Formats: sequence, C-alpha cells, structure tokens
Amino acid sequence: MNPNAALPSAAAHDRGAPAATQARAAPVPAPVLRFDKVSKTYAHGASRTLLRRGLMAWLTGTRSDVFYALRNVSFELSPATSLAVVGANGAGKSTLLRCATGISTPDAGRVQVRGTIAALMELGAGFHPDLTGAENVMLNASLLGLTRQQTYAQFDRIVEFSGLAKFIDEPLRTYSSGMVLRLAFSVAVRVDPDILVIDEVLAVGDTEFQEKCIAEIIGLKQSGKTLIFVAHQLALLRQLCEQALWLEHGELKMFGPSAEVIDAYEAAPPPASL
Amino acid sequence: MQDGSSSGLALAPPTLNPWRGGGNLLFLLENLVLKDFRIRYRNMSLGMLWSIANPLVMMGVLTFVFTRIYPNPAIPHFAVFVLCGLVPFNFYSLALNAGTTSLLDNQSLVKRVRCPRRIFPIAAVLANCLHFLIQIALLLAIAFMFGYRVNRFWPWLGLIWGLEILFMCGLALITAALDVYYRDVRYLVEASNVVMFWMVPIFYSLEMVPERLRLFYLLNPIAAVVVAGRQVLLHSRAPDPMVLFAMTIVSLGCLGLGFTVFGRLERNLADNL
Repeated sequence: MNPNAALPSAAAHDRGAPAATQARAAPVPAPVLRFDKVSKTYAHGASRTLLRRGLMAWLTGTRSDVFYALRNVSFELSPATSLAVVGANGAGKSTLLRCATGISTPDAGRVQVRGTIAALMELGAGFHPDLTGAENVMLNASLLGLTRQQTYAQFDRIVEFSGLAKFIDEPLRTYSSGMVLRLAFSVAVRVDPDILVIDEVLAVGDTEFQEKCIAEIIGLKQSGKTLIFVAHQLALLRQLCEQALWLEHGELKMFGPSAEVIDAYEAAPPPASL
Repeated sequence: MQDGSSSGLALAPPTLNPWRGGGNLLFLLENLVLKDFRIRYRNMSLGMLWSIANPLVMMGVLTFVFTRIYPNPAIPHFAVFVLCGLVPFNFYSLALNAGTTSLLDNQSLVKRVRCPRRIFPIAAVLANCLHFLIQIALLLAIAFMFGYRVNRFWPWLGLIWGLEILFMCGLALITAALDVYYRDVRYLVEASNVVMFWMVPIFYSLEMVPERLRLFYLLNPIAAVVVAGRQVLLHSRAPDPMVLFAMTIVSLGCLGLGFTVFGRLERNLADNL
C-alpha cells in the first residue's frame, strides 16, 4: 500500500518541475499541432491493387520500391497562429495535411493534435449533381461532422451566406461551377473546429465572394482558431499567416515566420523534378 | 500546469471520428442513405416498379421451368414458394454488390472527408433495404393472392429478415475493405452471387437436400432465411429453433468479424484509393 501511494506523488513532482522551469525561462504556449519525425511512404508505380501482383509480391517476398512523400518532418504549431504550407507540386503538401487531419496515418513518427481538427479540402467533394442545393447542404454538413441540431440551426445562415436562396431547391447540375463553390464554402465555414485546414480553396467564386470568404477567414483567425493554409497565392498567405513551412521533395526545407520563408521560397530556383 | 493553458485537452493523434456521440453518426448515415435513394429514383421514370419487375419475371420463369419442364408435384403454389427464396436472395446479391464497391464509389469522400469509413458499406446495404421492403410487400401480396393468411408467427419474419440485414452489413464491410486493396474482389463477389443462387434453396426445398449436407445449408444465413421464411409463411408454424440458432450465431459472428476486419484494413484505405 505504502509504495503504491508514494508513486503518483513522485510522478506528479517530476512532471511539475520541468514545467515550472520552462515557464520561468520563456512562456511558450503548449502546441496545438505537433509533427514528430513524420515520414510517409508510397509504393512506387501502381499500388498493389491487383490480386496477382499482391500474390507475387507475397510469394517472392519482394518489396516494391518506395518513395517518400514526407521524410522526417518535425514542427510544432502554437495556438491561434496561422500556418502557410508552400512548395512545388508533389512536394508533399497534401500528404502533410492528410496526416494532420488523420485521413492518412504516417508510416513513421508521430502526429499529435490538441482539440478538434477539420479540413476544407477540395470544396464540394461530397456534392452530388442530382441532389438539390438544400439536399447537398444537409449531406455535406453531416459529412463535415455537424449534428442534426447544428445543421437545422445553421441552415438559413448557410443559404444566406451563399447568396443562392433562389436556387436552393434546384438540382446542383444546374449551378455554375462558381455557384457550387460558393455553396460548399458556405457550409464549410460553419464547422467549428479548433484547427481548420484550408487546402487550395481561396480561389473561390468572383471577387466579391472571395472578399467575403477572406473576411470570414479573418474572423475565424480573430476568434482564436488555428488555421493551416495551402495555396499558391503567396501575397495572400503572407498577409494571413504568421508562420510558414516550405516542403521540397517531402522534406522540411524551412520553417519560421511567414515573410522570411516565403521570401526564400520565391527566391529559390524551381526544384529538380522527381 | 502548462498543459491546461488553452483548452485543457491533451495532445493526441488525430482520429477519423470527430464526433462526440453516436447521434451525428446516425445523422450522417441517414443522409448517405437518402442520397442513394434520391439519386436512384430521381432518374428513373418508372422508379420503384423496377424493384417489383425483376422478382416477378424471375418468379414466372422459374415457375414455368419447375412446373412444366421439371414438374414438382410435391410443392403446392410453386410461384409463392419460389418468391420466398428470391426475395432474400435478391437482397443478398444487390446489397453485396453495392456494399463491395461502396468505398470506391465514394472515393472522393473517403480521400477528403474525415468520417468513419465503415459508414459507407453500411449505408450501401441500408439503402438497398428499400428494395427489400418493396419486394417483401410484393411477396406478402402474392402469398395473400394464393390464399395464405396472416398468422401469429409473422413477427418471426421481422427477426429473420432483420438478421439478414445484419449479416449483409458484416459481409459488405469485409468485401468493401478488401476491394480497395484488391480490385478483383468485386468480380469474385459477382461470381459468388451465381454460386449462391444455386446453393440457396430457391427452387428446391431443404427436404430435397441429402440429410448429411443440410447442416452446411443452415450455416448459410441466406439459406436459413429462406427456410425459416417458408416455415412461417407457407406452413404457418414457428421457425425451426436449430435454423434460428444457426442463423443468429452466423449473422452476428459475421457482423463482428466485419467490424474487426474493417478496423484492421481501415488505416491505409485512403492511400490505396
């Protein structure tokens, strides 16, 4: 009984000491997102989606070549900071976001998040052309994790924000591509996560709607959300994000204040092709 | 402590389930099932009539062959007898085909949206329950036309058909996950449907099967559903306890196995689509 009772207090003391010293040295807030030596590999060429190939590989014991979509990436993100992820096509940006949101699991290393994380990746991914706008709103909201009550409560706001009230009962195939994106964005901003991942979705609709979107994103930022962006509009990223992360061939090339990283990225020659 | 600074939550690996309770999952399931219904029936002028036409045609053909060409005088009202077999079998084959391809059919969602992936095969199976219900209504109507009446054992029908739905969910979870890794699985499933048509007592009765093989039949829940359904509908008696027992064990076992297998394979689904 006695040794058992002594253990927890000793452990608590151990944990308490470094926290106290750290607080005195520099008040670093605990990260909301941490990548710890994360690597993600994919098999080269076609994946082994053929039974024959899988059987052959299993029988002969060969392992196909792999390439690293992410190699040994480590970084930490503090709460209420926005991160821009830059890099050429195929540098691993999408893989990084997928690992952060849990859609993919890394092969090595550790991803940790604090609180909830949601992703706006490829707006309208869950939309179906034969459903009406309203039906698509319901489906998409449920896919993004909203409850029935939340969806019903937000429905009018979503429709109003999209500016598509007149067309909401028409099938989606009658919408223009800009209208579809407006509707998708309107649903997506109603999800209320602690960390929001925004992948290539800022180039949405006409100028007026884009400004509305950016205003909405700035509002999210001010309410203390952590935002992670992937976009090719570097000027906008510079304006929206404090931190930036530069990926090249799956490796972390640079991580730091967004102005420095984006300057260096713009100045760098395009990377050698894979 | 410093960990409690922002929200009191600890750092943890991201999961695919951002939901707090099961309520949202039901809402999602409902929306996915509704999506399936709407898409399927909005583009068909005859809509649900197709669900009725297929079993009626099969019933006519099988009745013709097995009363005129190979007479079965021992079985009265052969048309109802055959339909008792066709309805559970049709649900089996439609639900399994739709369930197997469900992850690939929804790959844009699987790749980009965070939600538990097991919802897709289950939604595909449940969406096919509408066909199943229509065909059940047809079966009951035809049985009524041939003079069979409601009896006090009918509540058993709900149980056996409910067990079939659970069995199909389990099976679809397994084949859907495997189909992502090996696309050949859907062809294996199609081939197995043909085998199943003969190995389920649709146009013959269990009594015609050699006695020592009957146990294998009862281990197949679809065959058991057919046998138990006939006992209730055509013979006005409670289903054989052995049949019910075997069917319950196999169906629930399959459902459990489905969740286990799917849980194992779920990890790398998005990377293989």
